Amino acid sequence: MWNLRDQCAIAGIGYTAFTKNSGVTVLELATEACMKACQDAGVNPDEVDGIISFNFGDSVPSMSVATAMGLKDPQWVVEYSSGGNAANLITLAATSAIKSGLAKNILCFRAMNGRSGFRLGGGRQMAAYGVTQFTAPYGWITYPQAMAMWCQRHMNKYGTTKEQLAHVAVQFRQNAMQNERAMQRKPLTFEEYHSARKIVDPFGLYDICLESDGACATLITSAERARDMKKKPVYIMGGAYGGGPAQGEDLFDIIRWPDPAENFAPYIADALWKSAGIGPMDIDVAEIYDCFTYSVIMALEGLGFCKPGEGGPFVAAGGIRRDGPLPTNTHGGLLSEAYIHGFNHVIEAVEQLRGEAGVRQVPNAEIALTTAGAMTCGSAMILRR
Amino acid sequence: MDNEYLKPLPAPDHLTAPFWDGCKANKLLLQRCKQCSTSQFPPGPLCTKCRSAELEWSEASGKAKVYSWIVVRHPIPADVYKDEVPYVVALVDLDEGPRMSTNIVDCVPESIKDGMPVEVAFKQVSDAITLPLFRPAK
Repeated sequence: MWNLRDQCAIAGIGYTAFTKNSGVTVLELATEACMKACQDAGVNPDEVDGIISFNFGDSVPSMSVATAMGLKDPQWVVEYSSGGNAANLITLAATSAIKSGLAKNILCFRAMNGRSGFRLGGGRQMAAYGVTQFTAPYGWITYPQAMAMWCQRHMNKYGTTKEQLAHVAVQFRQNAMQNERAMQRKPLTFEEYHSARKIVDPFGLYDICLESDGACATLITSAERARDMKKKPVYIMGGAYGGGPAQGEDLFDIIRWPDPAENFAPYIADALWKSAGIGPMDIDVAEIYDCFTYSVIMALEGLGFCKPGEGGPFVAAGGIRRDGPLPTNTHGGLLSEAYIHGFNHVIEAVEQLRGEAGVRQVPNAEIALTTAGAMTCGSAMILRR
Repeated sequence: MDNEYLKPLPAPDHLTAPFWDGCKANKLLLQRCKQCSTSQFPPGPLCTKCRSAELEWSEASGKAKVYSWIVVRHPIPADVYKDEVPYVVALVDLDEGPRMSTNIVDCVPESIKDGMPVEVAFKQVSDAITLPLFRPAK
């Protein structure tokens, strides 16, 4: 179990514009976000000695960014080959590197031309090797197709409805309308949600996240050093990564997953809450990985905000509204702000805890949850001001 | 036949070739552990229950129940699947225990129900590959 409660902090954040076509390379996006994170923390890049990212075939190596920034002596340069499940894991890994002395000031980033370049939603290679030979030949190819299978299972088991999914999409859009960074700021009505183009039952267009170009970065350092930097530290209070015994050969592989009505979340819940020494009732604002509407319902159930099967009624009763018991995805999430693979959730959590979220600000937000991943493995963090 | 088939084709390997050879002969073969008798799918180097490497191939009944399913309506890639939609991809629970992904054929998507009994229906798609699809049980 991760046991570095409050010993490290997010000292700086940086991000680019989120667009459909950045017109620049992923290296330029990553460098812009990382430089902004240094400036936000008031740290000279000469003092950055670690850098970590995660990629899915569409990023830029940490090493390239370190070189482009002219980092003097990077000693911890790390790449996770992984999807959104790693968006919090890389921060947890950075804390362990800091506490073990491998590095002092670490940049964590995610950068992608996810719309104009490599489109994750667009499918996969057509030659079916490994476990893919038992999925792709049946036309089971894209991530919406993968997650729809989980959602249908939840509907079979608990009676979850499209109307409940609609609440997730509509609420996050309302949040995005307050967010100048968000790519989708047009109002979304329940009628528009239900009449949208069907993509793969049970998902229509608005159940599926955006595709985006952009980058986000954070600067992680020890709690002591963070207190001497420019901005008020956001402490890393808790964290966990996991997903139980059948995480599959790749993110798509759920053939051996025990029950797709639940994802990785229940497997990490105990470790997450114990590491922070708090429970779900203590969370003031939640930034939950929402690659699909349905993944929010699984996270709410799996982390204990409601019982299994009650996630649908919870969101339909206003549970995730900004003025409800658990203000969720206050930036609009992957569904309406941008798809920076969950790293934009960390940025929003930090702005909320600093009180920098402007019209989106949740009053008196002291403790935030971020989650990352939606399927067989994932990570989560508890952050506090 | 190979030249016209645009959908992803399985690339059999040392672990999986016996399964695909079985399909070609219209037999649904599963790995079964000689130590604990557990059947497993997809094939692996060890029994995931007891870690024995003593695995044998055993013919399954071909009977299963629908566990979850999706109806693909928007074709991706469009040039490959535009004439196929809507089509059904399902997870089915085989009577022998393991779960398998497949297509449900010979019925309208709206008629598929949780727990619906289905049976294997082999479809040859290339000289080398025959896919195990499933249809409503007779």
